[in-house]
Amino acid sequence: MKDEIINTDPLSLLKSFTAARIAIGRVGNSIPLKQSLEFKLAHAHARDAVYSVLDTEGLLNNLNVFNLPVLHLHSKAQTRHKYLKRPDYGRQLNDESTEQLKDYNGTGYDVVVIIADGLSATAVNENAFDLVEILIPMLLGAKLKPGPICLVEQGRVAIGDDIGYGLNAKFSILLIGERPGLSSADSIGAYLTYNPRPGLTDESRNCISNIRPQGLTSKPAADKIFYLINEAFRRKLSGVGLKDNAGEIGH
Amino acid sequence: MYKFTVRNIVYRFDDLKILLAKASPYRTGDALAGVYAESYEERVAAQIALADVPLKTFLSEAIIPYEQDEITRLIIDGHDVESFNSISSLTVGGFRDWLLSDETDTSILKELAAGITPEMAAAVSKLMRNQDLIAGAKKCGVVTKFRNTIGLRGHFSTRLQPNHPTDDLKGIAASMIDGLLYGSGDAVIGINPATDSPATVMKLLELIDRVRQQFDIPAQSCVLSHITTTLDLINKGAPVDLCFQSIGGTEQTNTSFGINLALLDEAYHATLSLNRGTVGQNVMYFETGQGSALSANAHHGVDQQTCEARAYAVAKKYKPLLVNTVVGFIGPEYLYDGKQIIRAALEDHFCGKLLGLPMGVDVCYTNHAEADQDDMDNLLTLLGVAGCNFIMGVPGSDDIMLNYQSTSFHDALYLRKILGLRPAPEFEQWLKKQGIVDENGDILKISPSHKLLSGIVE
Repeated sequence: MKDEIINTDPLSLLKSFTAARIAIGRVGNSIPLKQSLEFKLAHAHARDAVYSVLDTEGLLNNLNVFNLPVLHLHSKAQTRHKYLKRPDYGRQLNDESTEQLKDYNGTGYDVVVIIADGLSATAVNENAFDLVEILIPMLLGAKLKPGPICLVEQGRVAIGDDIGYGLNAKFSILLIGERPGLSSADSIGAYLTYNPRPGLTDESRNCISNIRPQGLTSKPAADKIFYLINEAFRRKLSGVGLKDNAGEIGH
Repeated sequence: MYKFTVRNIVYRFDDLKILLAKASPYRTGDALAGVYAESYEERVAAQIALADVPLKTFLSEAIIPYEQDEITRLIIDGHDVESFNSISSLTVGGFRDWLLSDETDTSILKELAAGITPEMAAAVSKLMRNQDLIAGAKKCGVVTKFRNTIGLRGHFSTRLQPNHPTDDLKGIAASMIDGLLYGSGDAVIGINPATDSPATVMKLLELIDRVRQQFDIPAQSCVLSHITTTLDLINKGAPVDLCFQSIGGTEQTNTSFGINLALLDEAYHATLSLNRGTVGQNVMYFETGQGSALSANAHHGVDQQTCEARAYAVAKKYKPLLVNTVVGFIGPEYLYDGKQIIRAALEDHFCGKLLGLPMGVDVCYTNHAEADQDDMDNLLTLLGVAGCNFIMGVPGSDDIMLNYQSTSFHDALYLRKILGLRPAPEFEQWLKKQGIVDENGDILKISPSHKLLSGIVE
């Protein structure tokens, strides 16, 4: 009976060329229920990811293995609703967090690792530690002095500038949950900034995107980050000026 | 200074810019910019005060100074006083009533378009309910032509948008054929390239052009690269049908896009000189969207809907084939939820049409907006009723390159069926000839041996 109602699509053979939702057939003029529910499920994953919450206890526990101080910070966006409406709040630390940094701003650090929920805490909960676990030993091996590891709730990318500056760090690595797509809700972006300070914009950073088990996996992601750190220290910059070289790695 | 008193509270609005902002229906982008009414009462007070402002005031009080902004200069210098004469005695409120009156019809509005400034259009839209925006837009008819005719009454077109995250030619071709077999693509077959590399854009242009010629499709193509890339490719002999650019309503916004009016002039004339249209020579494709000026920190304290309407003055100068407001793409910090997205889309469609533009809408949302397919169904249906020229056609609503949700090929079929709308006439003839639709315009079952399929497998 179903086969009579649903016009299956002869284009199915071309599905191997693209992940786009082609050849999904139709019932009358509408999308068949099966495909409609698949879409709904993908959207549900993305929506849930946007409203997911950082597993701070689990992450703080895991991050303790490095014998580095671990700071639990919060942006000025108190709730997810505020966060979505006021991107400017998500870019700044709240007053308590700013105070917290003052205990650590003495002699300064080479590199500070910051982990923020961004638009998908799920991504951070699932994939951030795997990356940090590879990255921190690489930094220590290169005799770079790491600052406290910072875990930030309701954070956006530019909050790394406040933190890096507050800790007197030469370089910041910000790992953040990326805006979920229908095909992936668990993707982390790494934003790298040399000489972080308030007021920087995106052209001052390098970004490595799509870090997740089905995308760019932890080891090559850590390699890319480490390469860019070395280049940034050598050339004393990050961002647009570093981009060309970044393209040459990983081939 | 404008003011209105409600129960002994005197609401004062220092200038037209503030009055317009405070009269705007609430949206997050204006709150983010700090230009919004602080209470429901203040908003309505502003709307009542705005209703009493004579339209003539908009010709003497520029919301962004003439000396500072080339878009203001374009608006003021391009204003047609003769067209304006028929409404010059009206207030903004009077204009709203006049627009909806039985006597005001399509031909009157067509004559008037050059006499309305974007700020007048924005102002009157702020006094209108959604229903008014639909009824007003429906009266406006804007028809444009290139290889087919878009915007005729009773017709409704789609941009086929076969994007791919790595610009893979086979992947794009697969989505393109899928779309054509669902009757999509009469407005344009338009690809957003994943990179702005000229070599890639060239390959994409050649791909669509090859398919178009092979199957003799009466439609136009576009690769939505930056205008400077398109210009270079025109000079290298690329098959450019339409020249694309994102535009904004302030000079600074356009600077952030890497363009200005002089560059647009150059690209417009270069594209015209190719003379590739067969039934007309509307060669430009523009995209806009509320919030772009604030996003570029270039809004001058003007509310986002008024900034958007000003972008239409830029579009108007180049007699575009298509203007597309990409309404839900920008995110919840500008348009928070389905309600705000729907309102903004209806405003944009109305203001654009009133100013004489061939408006289409990208009925869309991102995953961090409070919106879903139900909201898009509502908006899609409202726009169909309002006489919108075109929407997007994306496989299964899921754009895997831009990572947002837009309208599907099926959505357009639904709307055509429900409202009795047809594709562009030349394209509909082609669909019939190809055995894609029947005599009534209903979509047919496609056989695996259909020549569009075998052609692409090669």
